[in-house]
Amino acid sequence: MTDPGALSHLEETDPRTLSHLEEAVPLLQMSAITKRFPGVLANDGVDFDVAAGEVHALFGENGAGKSTLMRVLYGLYRPDEGKIAINGKATEISSPAAAIRQGIGMIHQHFMLVNTLTVVENIALGLKSSRGPLTDLRRVAKRVRELADSHGLKVSTDALVWQLSVGERQRVEILKALYRDANILVLDEPTAVLTPNEVDDLFRVLRQLAAAGRGLVFISHKVNEVLELSDRITVLRAGRRVGTLSREAASRESLVEMMVGHDISAEIRQAPAAGGDKRLVLAGLTVRGDRGQEAVRGVDLTVESGEIVGIAGVSGNGQRELAEAIAGIRAPEGGSALIDGKEVLGAPPDRVRAAGLAYVPEERMRDGIVPDFSVAENLMLVESGRPPFSHLGFLRARTIRRHCQKLVEEFAVKTPSLDTPARNLSGGNIQKLIMARELSGRPRVLLVAQPTRGIDVGAATYIHKRLVEQRDAGTAVLIISEDLDEVMSLSDRILVMFEGRVIGTADPRTSTREAVGLLMAGVVPS
Amino acid sequence: MPGGDAEPPAGLAARRVGWETIILSWFALPASLLAALLLGAVMMLLLSVNPISGYHALFDGAFVGSYALGASAARAGPLLFVGVGICISFRASMFNIGGEGQLAMGGLASAATALALPGLPSFVLIPLVLLAGAAGGAGWGAIPGAFKAYFNVNEILSTIMLNLVAVQLMNYLLAGPLVDTTQNSTFGLIPETRLLPHSSWLPILIPGTQLNLGVLIAVLVAGASYVLLWHTGLGFRLRAVGMSREASNYAGIKVKRTMVLAMTLSGAMCGMGGAMLVFGSLAHRMVTDGSLTGFTGSDGFNGIVVALFGGLSPLWSIVSSFLFGGLLTGGDALQVATGVPPDLVTTLEGLVVVFVVSLEYMRRRARASSLAPASSASRDGG
Repeated sequence: MTDPGALSHLEETDPRTLSHLEEAVPLLQMSAITKRFPGVLANDGVDFDVAAGEVHALFGENGAGKSTLMRVLYGLYRPDEGKIAINGKATEISSPAAAIRQGIGMIHQHFMLVNTLTVVENIALGLKSSRGPLTDLRRVAKRVRELADSHGLKVSTDALVWQLSVGERQRVEILKALYRDANILVLDEPTAVLTPNEVDDLFRVLRQLAAAGRGLVFISHKVNEVLELSDRITVLRAGRRVGTLSREAASRESLVEMMVGHDISAEIRQAPAAGGDKRLVLAGLTVRGDRGQEAVRGVDLTVESGEIVGIAGVSGNGQRELAEAIAGIRAPEGGSALIDGKEVLGAPPDRVRAAGLAYVPEERMRDGIVPDFSVAENLMLVESGRPPFSHLGFLRARTIRRHCQKLVEEFAVKTPSLDTPARNLSGGNIQKLIMARELSGRPRVLLVAQPTRGIDVGAATYIHKRLVEQRDAGTAVLIISEDLDEVMSLSDRILVMFEGRVIGTADPRTSTREAVGLLMAGVVPS
Repeated sequence: MPGGDAEPPAGLAARRVGWETIILSWFALPASLLAALLLGAVMMLLLSVNPISGYHALFDGAFVGSYALGASAARAGPLLFVGVGICISFRASMFNIGGEGQLAMGGLASAATALALPGLPSFVLIPLVLLAGAAGGAGWGAIPGAFKAYFNVNEILSTIMLNLVAVQLMNYLLAGPLVDTTQNSTFGLIPETRLLPHSSWLPILIPGTQLNLGVLIAVLVAGASYVLLWHTGLGFRLRAVGMSREASNYAGIKVKRTMVLAMTLSGAMCGMGGAMLVFGSLAHRMVTDGSLTGFTGSDGFNGIVVALFGGLSPLWSIVSSFLFGGLLTGGDALQVATGVPPDLVTTLEGLVVVFVVSLEYMRRRARASSLAPASSASRDGG
């Protein structure tokens, strides 16, 4: 090893002070980490450290900067400012490979495994074989089994990864990190994909790994789990470290308050909307997610004309599946969805649209636009085949251009021309384009998922204004957002989704952010 | 990707147009042709043929004089039909490699129609046989289209396999039910139909050349396909589905139906090409030699090259089909003049394919790298 830090390390560790240093020097020390993305300060001078033998939780809302901080640690991002020290010696981590060499292991939320290879092959992947060009899988398998046994990680080493359950795959990821001698283990929302029993197993393993002297970072937004597992908890909000608490000093309420911050006055809301006719009625809606799990479990809700209903919740709790099932993009499992009294659940998207739904999707680059189509073509995506834009099957170029020109002006979409490919626009302008298209059809029900995620403030404010305008014009508006401020300031009523259910409701005029935040973290007031 | 934390926002996505992109988009195709010709010259040298006189012969045979031009155009007709069909399917992201089979089925359907209705006058029979050809090819294209749309069967594989099925079916029909039993041969019958009714022949437009009505129809069909793709709602939906099935489905477009339709239309174009191969031929029979490309002369594959060379535009495909028609016609002349094996022309053509396809790849890569990192919001927590 030609590690330039090795020498300085020797100089620092004077034998006389060694025992003292071991007390004081944390396994990992991140100081004043700042990471900027254009227009966004993702980490703002964040300090974070992990001692050997502890589980240190990173707690915060989506977008608080937890993942960014850990991606900096894992060499996926270069920090703009700040230092990282491992075992007290300053280091620079330029790539995941460098991070692994430094003893950092990361368990991603989405597993990085090759489905068609066996567990052992996956673990050996990317490592040098002791037998040169030939594989030494038997040897790897033996060590994997030893590691698995000593840490209570039940895994069948010869199974192909696609045959494994989600929990087992996660254990393979952990084994992969341990096999590479990871001393610092980062787990990014590891419980999101697990059943309650699997969560118990995982926590047992994690405690044991910490007890053996490793340092663990546990990223989560679930307050109960954080309190159950961690020794210390660092709360991030909007890219800043709010504070670090020991478990003894922390409570649900204090953590949630730190997570959500203090109420920002809702300046957008006007007079409470008058109740109108029931435009969208969901009853017992059940939807499966991509992995076959029940993502939405019996959701009932009603949206009346002239009101905005907000669905708050940390993403991944069934909101996406809910929206896609309503819009006809995802096959539902059961229940019903009425638009103006007409059943639309399970109908194809064009029929749901014909019934009066407009939908601004969460995955805007995938679903919302055809990136290689021009601005004009994207504006016509829904209505191209209909009069007045089409006559006997032929597109009417002049009518279309006039219509698109009007929409672009009306919605202040900044684009060099109508013929610019949509992918060249900024996120905010793409969202305005989608809004322009969806609202031009004069919807009865407007469903908007993550209306302003990743969008600059100017465009976000504009979009909020248009949503309220729609409400005032009598449209039934359903907003799904993980941005609590957004939901609080726009909605007339708030529903909170947690693990596929609506676990609570709130009135934004009377509820506090803390109360909604507790619901988002899965705590139902008793 | 920065997860839910920070989607790289405003401005970053702006495309910077570098010199690479410009060179690749304007000079790629001529350069690939030139590169293939240069390699061809090397091969001629190896065969002890003077490349200059060789290419001279090729060029003369392809493009000099009305006879050569007419022959090249007649050769280009079926290529253009297939090329236009490929444009339509590829625009919908359906990779139709089944031109060979669709040509064969179109040829069979049209020949059978003409044989069944010999008494009809030209102005009825010619449109009828072309429509029959379109129908035959359309059916043969719809099958892999439907398999792709509804069962997610890879259309590249299924169309290639259906080529084999079509050719064997054709061999059986031409040697059996449709065979010309009046031929007197002591060594068994040639797999060919009777001489087709004179009223079904595609008339020669300029006497003394091979330029027949089929060429004109191919050009008109190319023009109509251009209008279809860029000026009709159907074409719009077809291109939308080709670029993003997710967004199309979201917007309420019937994605599966559109996919089947694209393959059906594509097959119909190829099928008309098959009809032209039959009724624009010098023999005025449908004839094969029992080999896989005996009837088509590989036009089902060459049409793909025509479409790619034409940038998947039906109008540019008119130009590129003429170029490749000329290459094939001139290749015959080259062979006669210099005695090089006919395989040399096939090789030349193959080289063009390789260059065009790899340049297409480079162009795509250049575009991908000139874009900002993917900015679609991911769903990880922050």
